[in-house]
Amino acid sequence: MMPSVAEERRAPRIVGVEFPFGHAFGMAHDKSMQRRTLEVALRVLAGASTSGTRVDLDIEWPVPLRDAYRAWQPKEPSPIVRKLLESRKG
Amino acid sequence: MLVDSFKFLPRTFRPLYEGRGPFPGEEEAVWAPFAKRLAESRIALLTSAGLFVRGSQAAFDLDREQANPEWGDPSWRAIPAEAAAPSIGVAHLHINDEDLLADPEIALPMHLLSSLSSEGVIGGAVAEHFSVMGFQEHSLEGWKDETAPAIVAHLRDQVADGLILAPA
Repeated sequence: MMPSVAEERRAPRIVGVEFPFGHAFGMAHDKSMQRRTLEVALRVLAGASTSGTRVDLDIEWPVPLRDAYRAWQPKEPSPIVRKLLESRKG
Repeated sequence: MLVDSFKFLPRTFRPLYEGRGPFPGEEEAVWAPFAKRLAESRIALLTSAGLFVRGSQAAFDLDREQANPEWGDPSWRAIPAEAAAPSIGVAHLHINDEDLLADPEIALPMHLLSSLSSEGVIGGAVAEHFSVMGFQEHSLEGWKDETAPAIVAHLRDQVADGLILAPA
């Protein structure tokens, strides 16, 4: 989901997906999308020839960005986010 | 097509992740060649979505994280490959768990992997996959000192040839 961060952290093999957090392999109950993602991951695992290999998956998340952006987030802010928000309020 | 790594991240969080470089002491490339054919290889999966098996396993410790927001539970769970979706719980305060509970395969596609094994795409799948909770203290001490060695040992016990790490 954040392949550029994985690259910076020196992950040896990376599959980039432009999916919301919590959905590494795709949409719930979409077996076709999940299979495409897993098959690419397996191919990169077995077929990459050098450290830092990155393959990005060309699948567009089929939900409007504004809705998808809201949907992945927890109903309540996480403790660290709540703490950050409170510190900004002063 | 190049994936936008920050598409779904709140804009104010981007500097927390971007341009940070490798962890100190981990600047060198890590590499292990994958010599076998996939069709002869046993594969394992790991998710950081905080999955656990209801009834037989404790959830990740969210109470302690609520009390100490900079701490995250560094423990791990072995998830039986045949575990049914209704038996899977989610303990992760940083993501909405609705889709994960409805279809845990979006984080840990154990049953899909088993299908690929039946089709001969891979040689087999391990009997127990892996789950951690991805929000961790900056030092990652618990993961480095205890969790990672324990997971590696369990991978070796199961004679796994490869592990797919899936962030949440």
